[in-house]
Formats: sequence, structure tokens, C-alpha cells
Amino acid sequence: MAMIRARVSILPKRTVFDPQGETVRHALVHFGLAAVERVRVGKEIELEIPGDGDPAAIRARLEAIARDFLSNPVVEEFELHIEGLP
Amino acid sequence: MRWGVVIFPGSNCDRDCLAVLQGVLGHEAIAIWHDERVLPTVDAVVLPGGFSYGDYLRSGAIAAFSPVMAEVARAARNGLPVLGICNGFQILCEAGLLPGALLTNADGLFHCHPARLRVESSCCLFTRGYASGEVVRIPIAHGQGRYYADPSTLDRLERSGSILFRYCDARGEPTPESNPNGSLANIAGISNEEGNVVGLMPHPERACEPLLASTDGLRLFLSVGSLPSGAESGTAYVRSAAG
Repeated sequence: MAMIRARVSILPKRTVFDPQGETVRHALVHFGLAAVERVRVGKEIELEIPGDGDPAAIRARLEAIARDFLSNPVVEEFELHIEGLP
Repeated sequence: MRWGVVIFPGSNCDRDCLAVLQGVLGHEAIAIWHDERVLPTVDAVVLPGGFSYGDYLRSGAIAAFSPVMAEVARAARNGLPVLGICNGFQILCEAGLLPGALLTNADGLFHCHPARLRVESSCCLFTRGYASGEVVRIPIAHGQGRYYADPSTLDRLERSGSILFRYCDARGEPTPESNPNGSLANIAGISNEEGNVVGLMPHPERACEPLLASTDGLRLFLSVGSLPSGAESGTAYVRSAAG
């Protein structure tokens, strides 16, 4: 059975201060890239699930997982990328 | 008065809470493992500090989905007093029992030191042992305690009197310098609108004995524990929630 691979990219919202991103931006100045104005550091999560079933239902389920568990809508935004779904 | 202290994998302040509740206050207190499907009959629940699930994903995010949390949420909606300390506060926010979120401290440092707090409201079940405007000293120990909420949520918290504690200076002023983590409006602790669910980043259980330099945390537990009919009403909450 074909597997579906989903990647969830999560970043802190632009309205939320990201100390990790700011620390990386500072380091980039030492690296010689003073022109970088903003850095946001997030995470990427990969999920593999069997590809059987209704594609719309699978997509809805993955969106719920990304929105309600893997990210926190109060402070984060996410993008869901799905490979292998018809 | 019978307390339940929930232990998640990675909790590390559960024994401190039990020691205070049993040893200092002389109350009955039991440990509740996170995997329990049924909440034992208790009058109040404490979600202790620590690093549940190693802070994986986000602080408190995975513990919020522990089996016992569904029961704690149900009982909380029926009025059971629930206190989340530090990681417990993060868990309550992740579980949606309190609004907002707790983020990495603005300066990126782990802060572990005594903090001054101004009591903002003494109307809450957990703060009625304090006077509004009183300054207390309770230690903090966290890397992710920067309280954040969107402007409309913050406005609602302010208007409903749900902000219980703010970081402040010796004069009681919530200055930027006295804010250890960059929390919005110097917020250190809040309650839900009903006042039975409370979360705070400082550790009241570490300020309950003179040997530990402050006993200011004691009244937080006593405020609930001294309820004349607390035991009965609390127990009733759980029973009605289970029924």
C-alpha cells in the first residue's frame, strides 16, 4: 500500500517575539550577514500514514492534527505539505 | 480536605507539593498517575512543576493529552479547584483550561530566583487569603514562562479580574525591570473566569516553610483548604462530573 508523507512546518507567529530567532540573527551578524533583518526558528514534523481511505478525510485529519496538536494557534502558524495523496 | 497531585513523566515538583499539603498543612493528599482514566475523589487537584515529557513539542503540550487530563478538564468545568504551578500552568494553557500560552523567556535565560509578586485580586478561590495589592515573595524557576495572549484575550483577562499575580518591584510597581521573562503586562498568574482554575509560574510550594526564606506561598493552598464546606462541595463537583 502506498504511504502518504505529510510534513508540517511550524513557525512562531510574526506578532510573537522569538528569542531563538533573535539569537540566530545576532550570530549571523558575526558570520558576516548583517543584512538579515529577522529570523524565525520553528520546527518541521514528518508523518507517514497508510494511503488508503477517502483523500478528503485524510487531508482533514492531517489538518486537525497539525492545527490542534502539533502547533499552538495562540502563538504559532503552520503549513501542511502532503505527498502521495491523490 | 483531600488533594490530588498529578504526576506526569517528567514532573519534578510533585513531592514538594505533597510534602507541603501533608507535612505542613496536615491535609490529606494523594498522588495521581497521569495514565489514570478515572479521577479519584478529591476536593482539589494540583498539576505540579517539572518538565513533563521533556518539554517535547512545546512545554505542557503532550501532558495536556494525558488520559487523566480529560477527567481533570471535565471536573474543572464542574467547578473542581485546579491549581497549575509552572509546568502545570503550561499544561492548563495547552489543554485550553486557561487562555494564552507560555513562551521562552524574552532574554533566553532560565530564571531561578525569588520573585516579588503583587496580588491583583483576592476574590479568587486560591487568593482570598491575600490582600489585593499585597506584595509577596515566591521563587520562580523556568525557561519558558513568558505569558502571551492576543490583545482581546488580555483585555478580557483584565476586565474580568482574572489576572491574579504580576511581577513587581519592592514598591509593588509592575516595572519592566521587575519582569523576569518578558510576560505580557507582567503577568505571573491568572485564573479562568469562574475562578476555580488557576495557573502561575512561581512556585508557592517552595515558599511554605520559614527555612525556605518565605512562607508567602502557604496562603494559596490555605485559601482553598480552609473552605468551611470545601471538602463537601469539592467532592460533590467530582461526583457530579463523574455522574
